[in-house]
Amino acid sequence: MKSILIIGATSAIAEHCARLWATEGAKLFLVGRNAERLAMIADDLRVRGQAHGVQAATFVMDATDTASHQAMLDAALAHLGKLDAALIAHGTLPDQKACEASVDMTLAEIAGNGLSVIALAARLANVFERQGSGCLAAIGSVAGDRGRQSNYTYGAAKALVDRFFEGLRNRLAPKDVSVLLIKPGFVDTPMTAAFDKGGPLWATPDRVAREIVAAMASGKQVLYTPWFWRWILLIIRHIPERIFVRLKL
Amino acid sequence: MRSWGNLAFAAAREVVRLPSRSACLPAGRPLLAWGNGRSYGDVCVNGGGTTIHTRSLDRFMAFDAASGRLRVESGVLLSEILDLVTPQGWFLPVTPGTRFVTVGGAIANDVHGKNHHREGTFGRHVVGFELLRSEGERLYCSATENPEFFAATIGGLGLTGLITWAEIDLRRVSSLSIIQRQERFHGLRQFFDLNHQAELDSEHTVAWIDCLAAQPRGIMISGNHAENEDSSPRPARALNIPLTLPFSVVNRATLSAFNNAYFHRPLAQGPGPYGPFLYPLDGILHWNRLHGRAGFFQYQCVLPGGEAPLAEFLQTIAASGEGSFLAVLKTFGDVASPGMLSFPMPGSDLAFDFPNRGATTLRLFDRLDAIVAAAGGRLYAAKDARMPAALFRSGYPGLERFTQFVDPAFSSSFWRRVMEQQ
Ligand SMILES: Cc1cc2nc3c(=O)[nH]c(=O)nc-3n(C[C@H](O)[C@H](O)[C@H](O)COP(=O)(O)OP(=O)(O)OC[C@H]3O[C@@H](n4cnc5c(N)ncnc54)[C@H](O)[C@@H]3O)c2cc1C
Repeated sequence: MKSILIIGATSAIAEHCARLWATEGAKLFLVGRNAERLAMIADDLRVRGQAHGVQAATFVMDATDTASHQAMLDAALAHLGKLDAALIAHGTLPDQKACEASVDMTLAEIAGNGLSVIALAARLANVFERQGSGCLAAIGSVAGDRGRQSNYTYGAAKALVDRFFEGLRNRLAPKDVSVLLIKPGFVDTPMTAAFDKGGPLWATPDRVAREIVAAMASGKQVLYTPWFWRWILLIIRHIPERIFVRLKL
Repeated sequence: MRSWGNLAFAAAREVVRLPSRSACLPAGRPLLAWGNGRSYGDVCVNGGGTTIHTRSLDRFMAFDAASGRLRVESGVLLSEILDLVTPQGWFLPVTPGTRFVTVGGAIANDVHGKNHHREGTFGRHVVGFELLRSEGERLYCSATENPEFFAATIGGLGLTGLITWAEIDLRRVSSLSIIQRQERFHGLRQFFDLNHQAELDSEHTVAWIDCLAAQPRGIMISGNHAENEDSSPRPARALNIPLTLPFSVVNRATLSAFNNAYFHRPLAQGPGPYGPFLYPLDGILHWNRLHGRAGFFQYQCVLPGGEAPLAEFLQTIAASGEGSFLAVLKTFGDVASPGMLSFPMPGSDLAFDFPNRGATTLRLFDRLDAIVAAAGGRLYAAKDARMPAALFRSGYPGLERFTQFVDPAFSSSFWRRVMEQQ
């Protein structure tokens, strides 16, 4: 039975990952801000994994409150025993225009999408290193691959996580710990409720979750999901800056 | 805006997804839930209003694997329930001909299956549900608590408020395979004889009929869950019709060729997985697109009164030369439905798909309506896109009582059409 910690467990992508793990009979520890939503999700996972003896515990925490991270981690380890995998999935999609009008908001978004993830990953990396096994994964974004005028605050926070994970991966590779950064493209979730979902680029959280669960199991290092984003971003990253600055992206 | 029949309707002004079952209703008016859009006409359409997509309410709440009692949110699909419970020896007590419908949609149309003569409608197996009204009130409804809202909401076409979750009783099965039997019949006498025997012997019964033949003929199909044999259903890959064709491939020539071939094909007998037996059309995703851009109507009615009205009905269709591959005949039993507006009643249940050819198709429907009205029958709202208000009123004697329980903030294109057109 796998023991898995999920931070930001009420996010649509994380919830769909948890459903897949539940049907494998995993032991789950779900962390999120909203106690009621967490309880609903835990009930759902228990029913889905009932025949496989799934267990699901919940913990209420605001990920930006870094002072509470250690207590959460202690509770998770007490419940799970060992840690086979941790998925960091919390995040918010800031309004770039509003960030431009408010430095405070820019910093808050960097803290929520970047610093809080790093704080968690730093602690988790030490746990995995001591264990000498496991998989640490976080949901980044294709937006972290290049700064664009339409959402560079979000992109900068995700890029920070990207580089930090690169370093962790390098450090933990000899210890048999895999470090995965997930880069989803457009996913049809409540986070993107305001967008028009037409077109072939939009993926369902269910599809993205299947790819994440498979990538975590196989020890992959970077996952673009769906797969075609790897090629789209390859092109976008290679556009020369002097041309890129003139694009309306 | 298109529902399953691919007919065009006025679009909603706004589409909202609830983040959880404890969320409040959106502010826009009028409101209507949309489950998985498997209704053929406009009962799930709210032109100019606010549509609440309920597929986001897709969580399981509790399942007692000893008693078979299941509590789920209203946007859970019947297919998701089957995936969860069949490995544990449980099955849906009643299921329509597609498993891609939500629990909320199954309650709101009080759907029936091929086992109506034994189990009645879906609503009979509903223990209770939560109804969210527009004033913010949350009513738990069951046969004993808020029984009037319970009866109004089962088959209530989404008009009494939003069902957030429901509790249903499943049934035990000893095997997931179904042993089927098929027999050809010539003429209605023989249909009624075979059907009578099939209803005594089998849980599931349905007949396919050749709607173009001068003398009604068809194939009687019946089946029972196997007693002990352990054959897990092979997961079949679904065939997909990727786009709506510019024209309908259903015409008199293709139809009569198909019907002839279908009638004379070797009959299937013996055990097989439940999927192809209960859900033959689910194997072809978006088959509704075969009818072309103009879409199609389904005409589904129940005709009390035995052979005579049925013969007249079939003759009228045969003479018109219109009709469909999908032509189904089944008799409903006398197990009463709990809902005020539930469709099934004792009699012959007929369902036909007709490509939308405009005025010609509608003229045929007028003639069929007259036969239904004279027999004291009714049309199925889940399949309707054009019935006259008078036929709705005469077919549903519970309508007057039902209107007292309609939520003032809820409405649908169907409801405005049948209530305001006179
Ligand atoms: C191939 C096929 C075969 C079929 N076979 C059968 C059959 O054998 N027997 C049968 O009875 N029907 C049959 N149907 C019809 C189908 O079962 C019904 O139309 C069903 O209600 C569709 O469910 P849905 O979830 O798609 O709901 P929708 O079509 O989206 O909505 C149906 C109604 O339910 C209401 N509703 C949905 N969710 C809620 C909620 N949470 N709270 C309140 N109201 C709600 C809507 O407002 C609407 O009035 C068939 C349909 C197809 C496409």
